[in-house]
Amino acid sequence: MRSHPRHSHLDLLEAESIHIIREVVAEMDHPVMLYSVGKDSSVMVHLARKAFSPGRIPFPLLHVDTGMKFPEMYEFRDRFCREIGADLRVFRNEPAIESGVNPWDDGTIRCCAQLKTRALLEALAQGGFDAAMGGARREEERSRAKERVYSFRDIHGQWDPRNQRPELWSLYNGRHNPGESIRVFPISNWTEFDVWLYVHRERIPVVPMYFARKRRMVVSHGRLIPVELGTRLSEGQEAVDIVCRFRTLGCHPCTGAVPSSARTVPQILRELASVRYSERITRLIDHDQDGSMEQKKREGYF
Amino acid sequence: MAKPLDPSLRTDLLRFSTAGSVDDGKSTLIGRLLLDCRAVYEDHLAAMAADSRRLNREATDLALLTDGLKAEREQGITIDVAYRHFATPRRRFIIADTPGHEQYTRNMATGASTSSLAVILVDARQGLLTQSRRHAFISVLLGIRHLVLAVNKMDLVDWSREVFERLRSEFIAFAGRLGVPTPACIPMSALLGDNVVTLSPHMSWYEGVPLVAHLENVPVGSNDEESLLRLPVQTVLRPGKDYRGLAGQLAGGRLEPGQTVLVQPAGLHATVRSIRLGDKVLSQAAPPSSVAVEIEEDLDIGRGALLSDPARPARVTDRVRAVLLWMSAAPMVRKTWLAKAATRTVRCTVDAVECRIDPDTLTTGEAGTPDLNWIGRVAIRFHEPVACDSYARNRTTGSFVLIDPLANDTVAAGMILDDDGHIEGLLQARPSPQPERLLTPEESLVSADERSLLLRQRPVTLWLTGLSGSGKSTIAKALERRLVDSGHACYVLDGDNVRRGLNRDLGFSPAERSENIRRVAEVAALMNDAGLIVVTAFISPYTQDRAQAARSIGAERFVEVFVDAPLPLCEARDPKGLYRKAREGRLAEFTGISAPYESPTSPALRLDTSADSVVGCVERIVDWLLSGGFLAARSVDRT
Repeated sequence: MRSHPRHSHLDLLEAESIHIIREVVAEMDHPVMLYSVGKDSSVMVHLARKAFSPGRIPFPLLHVDTGMKFPEMYEFRDRFCREIGADLRVFRNEPAIESGVNPWDDGTIRCCAQLKTRALLEALAQGGFDAAMGGARREEERSRAKERVYSFRDIHGQWDPRNQRPELWSLYNGRHNPGESIRVFPISNWTEFDVWLYVHRERIPVVPMYFARKRRMVVSHGRLIPVELGTRLSEGQEAVDIVCRFRTLGCHPCTGAVPSSARTVPQILRELASVRYSERITRLIDHDQDGSMEQKKREGYF
Repeated sequence: MAKPLDPSLRTDLLRFSTAGSVDDGKSTLIGRLLLDCRAVYEDHLAAMAADSRRLNREATDLALLTDGLKAEREQGITIDVAYRHFATPRRRFIIADTPGHEQYTRNMATGASTSSLAVILVDARQGLLTQSRRHAFISVLLGIRHLVLAVNKMDLVDWSREVFERLRSEFIAFAGRLGVPTPACIPMSALLGDNVVTLSPHMSWYEGVPLVAHLENVPVGSNDEESLLRLPVQTVLRPGKDYRGLAGQLAGGRLEPGQTVLVQPAGLHATVRSIRLGDKVLSQAAPPSSVAVEIEEDLDIGRGALLSDPARPARVTDRVRAVLLWMSAAPMVRKTWLAKAATRTVRCTVDAVECRIDPDTLTTGEAGTPDLNWIGRVAIRFHEPVACDSYARNRTTGSFVLIDPLANDTVAAGMILDDDGHIEGLLQARPSPQPERLLTPEESLVSADERSLLLRQRPVTLWLTGLSGSGKSTIAKALERRLVDSGHACYVLDGDNVRRGLNRDLGFSPAERSENIRRVAEVAALMNDAGLIVVTAFISPYTQDRAQAARSIGAERFVEVFVDAPLPLCEARDPKGLYRKAREGRLAEFTGISAPYESPTSPALRLDTSADSVVGCVERIVDWLLSGGFLAARSVDRT
């Protein structure tokens, strides 16, 4: 579609995302929006609010909680959801959490499978949700670049990348049989830079961990991992104070920070203009094996 | 208050598609674009290098950067569409990166459906292959009007201008058959970076710009001003009893509070009360904004309704002919499907499979049974009436997909054709103004004087202007009869007739009215060149348009005739019932009622049809022609 010269690329991305979210609500029986507390979730929830203003968001937000998020994230989540009047549901794989699953003893692959993928599938089944919107972006990782806006999942929540539905124009096909479901990615076409530009333009609140401050960190495999929450140090490792910020937010044992002095959104934008590494480099879980994201997605991960 | 950012961050967006196989260097080209525009991160590069080693590739393989699926990396092929993102200071880009082999035609179509430009990649040593032609054809069929031929691997043909020029002429000829007169052709080496981001030092003979500069400068915001209002309603927002918002994304035209819109297919008129985007109330909205529209009337409107321009509404019909692209591995064995068109999903039946189109030769052949990657024309019957346009007019209201009602898969994509069902209608580009210096008029060997002698008349255009119902057509026809009876070659160009053929793509907005008049003036000028006397009968309400017509036809041949009658008289005559419709609000932009008429200030002739008879008016014109020396005196005997 041709655009009007007055529209910036952010306007076009916004219009497309709102259209997608409205299609989900119009056509699906029990939609839910995955809320992971990060910047992408903040933007997606903001778009949902715009899509249904002056009314409220007509679906619940679902946080799949591993119990290993940062305290700032929990605080932010509860305040943000209260302020916008969202219907927040939190789901945890309690048996696994009680049994003490953790990335140090079980490895990141098993830990993720239990606390994230398994928990997500159970939460979706329990809630009877037939459409789950997530804030994944095609730019993030090469297998995500292949994913449709509407991603069909079989009865086990699995993705079959070789056999995806053709998706032309803005005609999305959300039809499915009972038990099957659709994952929807309303901000597929946004980049990290677009997200921050939009956070700036719309003044969207984000977790303060995205802004630089001095933190106690340990350098592990070339990554900065915070020690304040009891990360186990291996022999010879030593914690140091470093001015840094988080580019992505996940579980505290597996989320690294980057050295940075960006304390405001415009400073982050300026920093991103010259950054040489992708945001997912700070996530240990993406590098377990070749195609690890594709593998996780096939199994039901977002 | 947020601080204003660097204005260079305010960029627009171009979506373009690429197709080709690894052999053409497509992945290398995309890798080069991303690398040189700094859209690849070092950890992604490191992953690529590690994969190259693990898979025993000779050198670091840029394709490993773009092929996202494990199977693709292992087999060294591209299976599915991938979307990639990069930006320059001028523009944000989304690449729909599609595999080029024949068996992936459906992926090409998917990538093309949201793109406004296609990069057709060829290997300079191989030339135009079947898949290059197929990609160009699919792209244009899906509505792309900007083609770029990227002639890659120029380093392997010694940067030969001759090789490039040969491919260029071949491609321009092929694109011409698709209705794209001016494709861009760029010689490059994606591997070495020549003419991708920076100008090549090896091809000083090349006068154009590198690929990225071209992508940055292609217009993306044009044509929209003249598009017609189309807003498919997605859902209705009802947060309380005081607000009821029709939510949807604008697919054409402009929307303003106070405007009258037609709700289709119901056929009801509604008045826009407010337009919202989030908590902002807008004074105007344009495509592709996603808005919520509140209307004054209490009407039953829900998902699937279409808000349209009342003067140029969509077609409401249960039967369409369409070009269909079959996308399912299973052939079309059943007849009844679900069709999803804009925001409406209805059952439909494929009544006839009419012919198959061969994308390589651009010819039609025996239909056969549609199977994977089949393209052809079908007749479809919707089980309920649907409001739709031809795809050439609107990509959103002119497209649909077919869904298998049992398996739920998307099996086909369709593009609706004009009423006449001509496939060419999809391929013809809208006319773009040609730079005049490129055109060299051919001199005729026959002079204007010779033609005058032959026909015993001097050519002239009698330009009749006036309100609807003032008597233009009646006078024009009587004058034509009178002149032909006395042996003169004369022809009438009439508004309704021209709009049925030559100008059937035009509506009644000021811009479309101007284009209507421009074309008529050009036709009149050609007929005058042929020696004919031309009488035109058009309302032609704008002074500026009549002045433009006078320039096209030439001042010495243009005679402005003001057919004058007071509005109440015209309205009382109302020969076509149009005034009544306009007064009832069923016809927007009707001259005299809801659109202006600018009377001529100094016409060559003014005919008062409230006082004079038709014969009287005709004889005044004949007298004027005689006295002006356009007709030989003895040729028009008085009756």
